[in-house]
Amino acid sequence: MELVCPAGNLPSLKAAVDNGADAVYIGFKNETNARHFAGLNFDSKQIEQGLAYARNHNTKVYVAINTYPKPGNFAKWEGAVDQAAEYGVDALILADIGVMDYAAERWPELRLHLSVQGSATSHEAVRFYAEQFGVKRAVLPRVLSVTQVAALVDVSPIPVEVFGFGSLCVMVEGRCYLSSYVTGQGPNTFGACSPASFVRWSEKDSTLETRLNGVLIDRVNKDENAGYPTVCKGRFRVNGKTGYAIEQPTSLNTLPILPDLLRIGVAAIKIEGRQRSPAYVAKVTGVMRAALDACIRDPENFLPDQAWLAQLTSLSEGVQTTLGAYQREWQ
Amino acid sequence: MAVSIASTSTRARLSLGPIQYHWPKEKMLDFYRSIESTPVDIVYLGETVCSKRRSFRHHDWIEVAERLRSAGKEVVLSTLALLEAHSELGYVRKLCENREFTVEANDMSAVQMLAGKTHFIGGASLNIYNPKTLSKLVGLGLTRWVMPVELSQDALAGFQKEMPVGIESEVFAWGRLPLAYSARCYTARAHEVPKDACAYCCIDYPDGLLLSTREDESFLVINGIQTQSARVHSLVHEPYNPASGADILRISPQSQHTERVISLFDQVRAGVLEANEASQELESFAPDGICDGYWHNEAGMASCSGASHP
Repeated sequence: MELVCPAGNLPSLKAAVDNGADAVYIGFKNETNARHFAGLNFDSKQIEQGLAYARNHNTKVYVAINTYPKPGNFAKWEGAVDQAAEYGVDALILADIGVMDYAAERWPELRLHLSVQGSATSHEAVRFYAEQFGVKRAVLPRVLSVTQVAALVDVSPIPVEVFGFGSLCVMVEGRCYLSSYVTGQGPNTFGACSPASFVRWSEKDSTLETRLNGVLIDRVNKDENAGYPTVCKGRFRVNGKTGYAIEQPTSLNTLPILPDLLRIGVAAIKIEGRQRSPAYVAKVTGVMRAALDACIRDPENFLPDQAWLAQLTSLSEGVQTTLGAYQREWQ
Repeated sequence: MAVSIASTSTRARLSLGPIQYHWPKEKMLDFYRSIESTPVDIVYLGETVCSKRRSFRHHDWIEVAERLRSAGKEVVLSTLALLEAHSELGYVRKLCENREFTVEANDMSAVQMLAGKTHFIGGASLNIYNPKTLSKLVGLGLTRWVMPVELSQDALAGFQKEMPVGIESEVFAWGRLPLAYSARCYTARAHEVPKDACAYCCIDYPDGLLLSTREDESFLVINGIQTQSARVHSLVHEPYNPASGADILRISPQSQHTERVISLFDQVRAGVLEANEASQELESFAPDGICDGYWHNEAGMASCSGASHP
């Protein structure tokens, strides 16, 4: 099972490589990828350095070009595909059918992965991308239970990658407009959820309010931690009760089910977090590497080490973790 | 920016989208009986949100489909937007293999089953964001597409420049916007039970369950595993402009006043009612306000045509 780690910049790439990533994934400095944040991602020089570093350490480099070009914008995505192909990266992670069509025609030898943003949740959907564009691997949205992932892997025409750790999208990736509904900018076309330019923090009496484009997402006491105001992690009123109507601030953590993911034939496990610091990437990669190695050595008797769990929890949103949709009860 | 009312020669057709909510069987039967005599041209039928909802079985859908067809409507069968279980895939296959009615594919699994075999319609959740994607799907048999709700009139105009001949464009013109789908059922969560023990509680919310901010601003609507806008997206002011390129305007069913909504849209397209006048009455059917920001390249919740918020 391959360990695929996030790299939002060169120091993170090195941190991932040094701590045992089998592959790193990166993006360009524009809206062609789903972590289009200020100060993040790679320019030409950084890509060359990153590729050289990864190759010297036998680590693969994937480039995410996983947003959706709108009419009139297609050339920018073509440019990103061409640039990545010319660098000879190990694979592109794509979501848009048009971009995939272009990449498959223009660069037939280039390995393509289907991004989680492509929203493929069944083997038939996966088969579509495999047959039409020769896609070699599909990253699954975080909506299937372990049993459902197993059923999909059983009949999938290509290997499957799943999320193993990181911030949790609770909506099907590629089909969530909550951010664009509130701000006009969302993951699909802008490459960012709840962009920072729309976020306001304000103190009111003894509370701290967080707003997204004016909409109150949460209000906490000053001594509490206020989470980043993504719509799905806010507190709202439903049927007269106030609470986390969609989900609490929490991170996905699959350590407890690593042997299951291995047994059912998942080909790769992905860590979320290109927007995170190099220190974060180093720690999470290190823990996941150790856990995967232990699991592969002796899957029957694998139990996650308490120190690993504590370390991952301390790095999680809201300092808590969940198995998310992998666990039926969560749904 | 209201545009002039087009002549009847270029007028758009009206469609009725699938019912997004969970209604009891009798209500659904009554609803579709009432639709037979409305001026809506196309009716999309089927459960697109949650496969657990069983008010209607397959034969119920087909009976309603046949009745509406006899009443002169074009009938389309819509597939589930989010597929998780193997059984769900089986039902999508059954719809895709029917040879009586055209199918609206709402996920790539359905596209895979239809591609190269028969012509089909691409639903709004398919992520057709650019002409290159559209053209690829046209090559596989797509004959009509519904624009993703977050795209604008400028985007639609961009599509028009490269539109393959004979392909129809449909836009979501009235209704609460489908904004997200999840593995988790938020209606069940509001009732503090897991999805597997939901007891079909969404049937108590015929227009979804309101989610407000802590300042009591109506914000979203929970509809099982789907999240919608609380505001109703209304394009009654806009798409009668032939330049916008919308061939079909979709009205999304709500538990009350759908016939009247259809009638108002029909009168506007026929040029017998000003959009502003229609809009005033339509606003009274939208208790949490109106929005049209997406159409104007703004935040989806924005209202750019002057409609008020309560």
